[in-house]
Amino acid sequence: MKKVYTRPKTLKEAHFHYCPGCGHGIINRLLMEVVDEMDLREKAICVAPAGCGMLLYNYFDIDTLESAHGRGAAVATGIKRVRPENLVFSYQGDGDLAAIGTAEGFHAANRGEPISVIFVNNGVYGMTGGQMAPTTLTDQVTTTTPLGRDPILAGHPVKICEVFAMLDGTVYLERVTVNNPAAVLKAKKAIKKAFQCQLDGKGFSLVEILSPCPTNWKMGPVEACRWIDEVMTKQFPLGVVKEVS
Amino acid sequence: MSGNAALGEAAVLSGCTCYFGYPITPQNELTEYMAKRMGELGRVFIQSESEIAAINMVLGASVAGARAMTSSSSPGMSLKQEGISYLAADELPAVVVDMVRGGPGMGNISPAQSDYLQATRGGGHGDYKTIVLAPGSVQELTEVVPLAFDLADQYRNPVIILGDGMLGQMMEPVSFENIKPPKEYPKDYILTGAKGRPARMVRSLLFDTKEEEEHNWKLVRKYQRMEQNEVRYETFMADDAEMIVVAYGIGARIVRGAIKRLRQENMKVGMLRPITAWPFPAAPLQELANTVHDFFVFEMSAGQMIEDVKLALAGKGRIHFYGRPGGVIPTPVELYRIIGRHYYMAARRKQQ
Repeated sequence: MKKVYTRPKTLKEAHFHYCPGCGHGIINRLLMEVVDEMDLREKAICVAPAGCGMLLYNYFDIDTLESAHGRGAAVATGIKRVRPENLVFSYQGDGDLAAIGTAEGFHAANRGEPISVIFVNNGVYGMTGGQMAPTTLTDQVTTTTPLGRDPILAGHPVKICEVFAMLDGTVYLERVTVNNPAAVLKAKKAIKKAFQCQLDGKGFSLVEILSPCPTNWKMGPVEACRWIDEVMTKQFPLGVVKEVS
Repeated sequence: MSGNAALGEAAVLSGCTCYFGYPITPQNELTEYMAKRMGELGRVFIQSESEIAAINMVLGASVAGARAMTSSSSPGMSLKQEGISYLAADELPAVVVDMVRGGPGMGNISPAQSDYLQATRGGGHGDYKTIVLAPGSVQELTEVVPLAFDLADQYRNPVIILGDGMLGQMMEPVSFENIKPPKEYPKDYILTGAKGRPARMVRSLLFDTKEEEEHNWKLVRKYQRMEQNEVRYETFMADDAEMIVVAYGIGARIVRGAIKRLRQENMKVGMLRPITAWPFPAAPLQELANTVHDFFVFEMSAGQMIEDVKLALAGKGRIHFYGRPGGVIPTPVELYRIIGRHYYMAARRKQQ
């Protein structure tokens, strides 16, 4: 019988702590699939965030540093400048990159640091219990926007890819999702491309991944995946936002 | 050479391969010096977008195995505290320079010593300590800089160089001959990509309270080793002194001038100058208290180091205090008058 799928070698045999239907598990697995396929285990250094993704070092069998909330791009900059031959990527949530760490992400992008940012956008602060994130959609209900996000009081969803696209240092920015098998394959391709950009020394690359958070969206996993298609992608359109050849 | 530039050159000679900084007066000459020198040497220099970014770049460079430094002044140091706490928790070496200026808030750009408590008590969140070196001259800067890098590597802990605006900006002749080529330290914790070895992780999140407590006690044992082995201080005319002035950094430099005048009038005043503000030289101070009753604390602050003097003396003797906060630099004559008056009153009390 032909083996069609197996656990990536660099994904440890541990149980994910993620909630049922969460996108982090898929994204973690995709990253390690890419690390395996591009033979990067001995080159990769991951910068983990604060937030739901912070325990990824329990799953990744690669060198990992856990950064302070929001500082991933600055820490990755320090590592990459010392070890330009390594593959350095940060894994950051929306609160991490689009709120508390916007300055660090923005300026790393502007300097064109040849690092890759895996930006997980699920529109809420997951780990702290579902508060409004900078990427929370207009009218979306969270624990701190009980009547829905009112742009007049709470601003608008932050579009990191579109903002970073205006910076000359960025070479590859793509928004993907992981809510169906075809989308997962596209997300994997995007991660590969981002890593390749870095290995080629082109500059700053970022993959924004719209990721379901059924627990904090108060939805079932299937409904959450559908909501990404029907609502989330309307405010966060999928696709390549910038690619410099 | 200015203190700031001398500090930069000393760092270069001490094997500092990465410098990250954000402009703030009165330490800009250091950032500018590093921009030029690190560029010439092909080493890493980044003018960061903030002090927060700078300290986190230091953390990244450190975890990648480099000798890394950042510098700032008081308001900027407040921003760096988050990163210093993470460096201490992750047990990563780093050298952080604070050229202190008047505060709180924006304060001013004059020399001050009002960051003493922030520097010696950890400064950020959590139970941690940093070694704090407080040089008093440009030449001494060239001695503490290599020491700071060595201590940081030896203990895997951030080390603070606590200067002030005057030390940073004054010009003095300086020799770098004392700086030896940097030592190599075993670095089996750094992240290099897991080539031919198990993957490493560097983190400070310990959800299990038992694990976090153990980590804290491990750090405490390290700090105890520092307290045992790294206390540094200097005494000046202390042998026959009847009053001991405790002052550090540029404050001690001014006191020295005052003591010389006081001695001309046969007032037996000496000085103990902590070179490590932490670990504080408590034991030598206690020993002096066996023969000396009067201690005089001078600081360019409203009184911060005096807490350590009180803790060290534990009720023994009498503590006098004179402070000039707000970036004011007193003259040796001013200190001569104040210390002299206290000395005279103390002598009268003894006669009564």
